[in-house]
Amino acid sequence: MTKQLFPRLLGPVTLVLLALTAWLGLWVTPRDAVQGNLVRLVYVHPAVAWVALYVSFGTATIASVLYLWKRTRSIVMDRVAHCAMEVSVVFIVLTLITGSIWGRPTWGVWWAWDARLTSTAILGVLALGYLALRRANDDQALRARRSAVFAILAAINVPIIHFSVDWWKTLHQGATVFTANRTLLIHGLMAWTLLVSFLGFTLLFFWLLRARYRLEVSRERALSVSLDEALTLRRREGAF
Amino acid sequence: MIRTALLVAGKDLRIELRSRVLLWQVVPFGVMALLLCGLALGPAHAGNSPAGPGLFYLVTLLVTLLMINRSQAVERTSGTRSSVATLGLDPAGVFLGKALALAVELWVTGLVLLAGAVLVLHTALHGALVALPSIAVTLGALAAAGTLYGALTAGGDGSATLLPVLALPAFAPLLIAGERSFSAALHGGALWEWWVIAAVALVAYLAVGILLYGVLEES
Repeated sequence: MTKQLFPRLLGPVTLVLLALTAWLGLWVTPRDAVQGNLVRLVYVHPAVAWVALYVSFGTATIASVLYLWKRTRSIVMDRVAHCAMEVSVVFIVLTLITGSIWGRPTWGVWWAWDARLTSTAILGVLALGYLALRRANDDQALRARRSAVFAILAAINVPIIHFSVDWWKTLHQGATVFTANRTLLIHGLMAWTLLVSFLGFTLLFFWLLRARYRLEVSRERALSVSLDEALTLRRREGAF
Repeated sequence: MIRTALLVAGKDLRIELRSRVLLWQVVPFGVMALLLCGLALGPAHAGNSPAGPGLFYLVTLLVTLLMINRSQAVERTSGTRSSVATLGLDPAGVFLGKALALAVELWVTGLVLLAGAVLVLHTALHGALVALPSIAVTLGALAAAGTLYGALTAGGDGSATLLPVLALPAFAPLLIAGERSFSAALHGGALWEWWVIAAVALVAYLAVGILLYGVLEES
């Protein structure tokens, strides 16, 4: 019962949280004294980036490590890594788009050669490379091994992105929500809206991941069924 | 592991010496690419350009991609894989050997390209000599990373086109570190900081390769 309840509630809860984020972010929270209405992008961009860099890429990396570890090696881990990486591409693109929309009025350009922007774009290319690598190999076991190794190599970029604002002098601001000693920088309603958006987009990731996983299982089943049917037909032809 | 590495590196270098692909195809390609870089900058800006170190590394990256493909093609000739499997060679040693052979080839090509940069792009000779240790380490890191990415893409559909897609983003930090240390050698600045970054990347890629190369070669 509980096992069925969580997946069923995942979609509606996600939609409610995202709708709540939109309502709070667009109508309830105040304008910023310096940035004006531009501040409302803060309720989308950091949450989307959080999912892109840590939740989805993290899921793909952990599933890849578990696939390579012989004790936990299973096709489920390979599928989870693949599906999480696909969703990750979507969120990385959204991160770059929302960042650009914020950057144009703030910095005066859609794109700047900033350490965080550039390293995030590189992560996007790496995620696309992962998907290209999967398409290049027909053998399931070989494909799974190679893509798992590549996912781990690509994940090295995530801490580089995280610390890029500290390691280099960048246009992109440093820590916005918390200071280095974990003191909250955003207060009141704005902080609550931010929290709701983080929860909403995180749940959206898991919702998309679940849907994509089910689609992948159906696709594999359809492929194996059609292969079996084709073999049966050939055998029948041979019988005549 | 070291014995296997030396064995594999010796094998790859001997094949390269006999086939002369490096000499007659890869090095001329690199020199041509360097000349094209000069043409792209224009005659007025090509000489003593601040872009010199960046162009040197850009051409080196292109050459590296060719050499990685070549290094993997050597492994794919009929009988090689089965021979390696039958001999029971340590995969970590095979990785180190292939990375070492690729590094030697890159160092040789790097010297030719550096001479080309001094000649064609008027890069200061003294600065180029000061940058040599950092170039050696950066090319070593490129060789280690390249061997790993070469094994990832080998044998699949369109592996020659897939390799740049996977490897170039990973090479980007090495390109930055190499260019910065080379520029620092020419114009002054934090030479050793970038040199250390390249050295850390070299150690990291060697460690990952030693750990995971066996997984990639698993049949």
